[in-house]
Amino acid sequence: MTSTPILTVEDLRISFGAVNALNGLSLELEPGRALGLVGESGSGKSAAALSLLGLHRGTGAQVGGRILLHPRPTGAGEIAEPVDINTADDETLRRIRGRELAMIFQEPLTSLDPYHRVGDQIAGVHRLHFRSGPDEARARAAQALEQVGIDARSKYRAYPHEFSGGMRQRALIAMALVLEPRVLVADEPTTALDVTVQAQILQLLGRLREEIGLSLILISHDLAVVGGNVDDVLVLKSGDEVERGPVREVLTRPQHAYTKDLLNAIPRLDAELPTRIAASAEPLLKVTDLSVVFPSHRGSAATTAVDGVSLELLNGESLGVVGESGSGKSTLGRSIVRLQKPTSGRIEFAGRDLGSWRGKALRDHRRDLQLIFQDPASSLNPRRSIGDSIAEPLIVHGEKDRDRLRAAVDGMLERVGLDDSLYHRYPHQLSGGQRQRAAIARALILRPRLVVCDEPVSALDVTTQAQVVKLLRELREEFELTLVFIAHDLAVVRQVSDRIAVMNRGRIVELLPAAGLHEAQDPYTRALLSAVPELPVA
Amino acid sequence: MTAFLVRRLLAAAAVLLIVAAVVYGLFYLMPGDPASLACGKRCDAAELAQVRQTMGLNRPVYEQFWTFISSIFAGHAYDNGVGTVWCSAPCLGYSFQSDEPVTQLLTQALPVDVSLVAGAAVLWLSLGIGFGLFAAMRPNGLRDKATTFVGLAFGSVPIFILALLLLLLFCVWWQVLPFPTFVPFTQNVGQWAENLLLPWFAIALTFAGNYLRLTRAGVLEALGQDHIRTLRAYGYTERRIVARHAVRGALPTVATIAAMDIGGVLAGAVFTESMFGLPGLGKLMVDSASTIDLPVITGVTLLASFLIIVANTVADLLYAVLDPRVRIS
Repeated sequence: MTSTPILTVEDLRISFGAVNALNGLSLELEPGRALGLVGESGSGKSAAALSLLGLHRGTGAQVGGRILLHPRPTGAGEIAEPVDINTADDETLRRIRGRELAMIFQEPLTSLDPYHRVGDQIAGVHRLHFRSGPDEARARAAQALEQVGIDARSKYRAYPHEFSGGMRQRALIAMALVLEPRVLVADEPTTALDVTVQAQILQLLGRLREEIGLSLILISHDLAVVGGNVDDVLVLKSGDEVERGPVREVLTRPQHAYTKDLLNAIPRLDAELPTRIAASAEPLLKVTDLSVVFPSHRGSAATTAVDGVSLELLNGESLGVVGESGSGKSTLGRSIVRLQKPTSGRIEFAGRDLGSWRGKALRDHRRDLQLIFQDPASSLNPRRSIGDSIAEPLIVHGEKDRDRLRAAVDGMLERVGLDDSLYHRYPHQLSGGQRQRAAIARALILRPRLVVCDEPVSALDVTTQAQVVKLLRELREEFELTLVFIAHDLAVVRQVSDRIAVMNRGRIVELLPAAGLHEAQDPYTRALLSAVPELPVA
Repeated sequence: MTAFLVRRLLAAAAVLLIVAAVVYGLFYLMPGDPASLACGKRCDAAELAQVRQTMGLNRPVYEQFWTFISSIFAGHAYDNGVGTVWCSAPCLGYSFQSDEPVTQLLTQALPVDVSLVAGAAVLWLSLGIGFGLFAAMRPNGLRDKATTFVGLAFGSVPIFILALLLLLLFCVWWQVLPFPTFVPFTQNVGQWAENLLLPWFAIALTFAGNYLRLTRAGVLEALGQDHIRTLRAYGYTERRIVARHAVRGALPTVATIAAMDIGGVLAGAVFTESMFGLPGLGKLMVDSASTIDLPVITGVTLLASFLIIVANTVADLLYAVLDPRVRIS
């Protein structure tokens, strides 16, 4: 393994003003190899990825050290001798970008230009680098689309908004492929995607490595994602390297405590389940033949989001709802807290018809029904302090005494593991995990009986995810909550649920006890199960 | 698409009907008697009654309104005291003041505003978008601040001051341009443009600052977006990113505002027309209002409303053309 490396990084340092993002990273990437960069948010992994393409230029970030790109042994490509990306002139850098090192991003939904056709965007990249004519560029773009499993004939002229998240990430990979680069830098390429789609994208990346000998730098907060797809792993924490080595070695015999934490945080299908809290026999929620149809709007056809769902939830029980995006799980959740009016069917809460409440009665009952959202960054008012946001539900429900409010909020902050000094902070000053804790505090301050959690941890790092899941489990017991826990990841859901409902195309296809997941019969459930990335066993 | 246009057309008809009714209503709430104005100072009671009869002012308001509406579609026969005059559809009546058919007054005035807007819009869009892109290339740099300041300065000067300044400079001091008079496009293109150059610039300079700001803000917002990062990561030059891609984010807003501004100028550029002495809809509107010339007031208002409705519809269509995510139905 002593072939000429493609990339030699020496003592790479990145800082944003006074904040050091990366403190001296060195690495070497050989042709055809795949390297995983792993760490939580703030570990410096994305900053490192961006610096490989010189994308910090003009942003005010200071980048030190050397990033040496070696020329292709065949003599083809853009450079004839090694180039230091940190000091290269703009024109050289421009020619290297995409052609030698290509990058795909965490946000496939927004990384394509919404105003141009997908095929044209890929062809445009080809024309830019190869000065090719429109016909040749179009042919190459179509070829690249086929390579990532998109039918070029029917999809070349589509706009990005007509693609699903997974399709868009494929298109972005096609954009990289059309330039035949040597290295693909993939920054959290699957974090925004469903587990099943994640599995497909990872499989595609693996196939491309094999077929065209692409080198890969795969960046993720999740060791399980990196696990099956790279040769070597480098673990970063707060800008420092903590561990590196062959992937099997690191995953099975981690040396550093931080690596062990990352590994333990990964939700596993074979992890031991917490002791089940005995639910009482009386049902709290009864959903009968619920359907939600969104009428056709602006030319799109009517969609049946929820299609005849019936289920019963016992007082104190926790129900997991799993499915891919578009399966209707969020609509079901919103209907249960009556934020969405059902088209037909009936929802009974504590023996009474939810649909019959109007006006003040409905507002009073809202206290019992709370919702926690996926993205606390957008569900907390950015112009309101954390404390005020948590106090607001109490104020809405008539509490006026300032001291009592403050005491209640402080108590709740402590309970969700936040320091009361955060009372006067604003959402953007908090980390993702802290924000979600605040959102949980806001939901629980009214002492609700039923809480619907809609993807509460899917925007969080695995380690934070594990902490929030643990918190929800504790709170569930302490507040005697009945939970509906919605997520796309079965491994996460089973940690908090007594029973799991699997949804597909608006219907519940299977309802299983959390402990009996391995006995799943439905092919869709089995597909979801097999999509959960697995770690090599020690 | 067809359904959209049909719906818009029906809505437009309803709006125009309401506008006409409101104008009629206001007219009768206002003090002043158009008959005595038309009749002149030395006018006895008998003459006045005759004038009222001719103008149709002695009939109930609803009947006058109905006559007005029906004659748009069916035409109307007027008795001018000497004989009967047939006013064929679309008939908007006769001016109380000049006895000319309102439709004729409108068709004389409209080309002036069409000419005004045609040149001015091209100018203000090129200036606004061009300098907006120029400013956005290096945000907060010297050229950004300079262009934004100049744009704001021109936008803040009232158009009649700007018009006076232009007239003073080009027609009085340097004498490079004639005092504007309206020469129809069909008569002499060169003279048409030469005469309209100053009004075009007066309007364009006033408007361009807005477009500069819209373009600059839209481009800067787009530059922070993920799809622009993708372009950077694939080696696009910053200039190309701004001019070909980021600008797309600004265009839908620019086009929407432009369509409405164009509609506004078409419907009568009162200040510009009176400063440069151009006989457009704005002048017609002011003149008819000061003489309480009901048929002309109604005619001008209806035409102006119609033009604004058309401009709004065009704006909506443009939005869908410029943003593939927007669909019209």
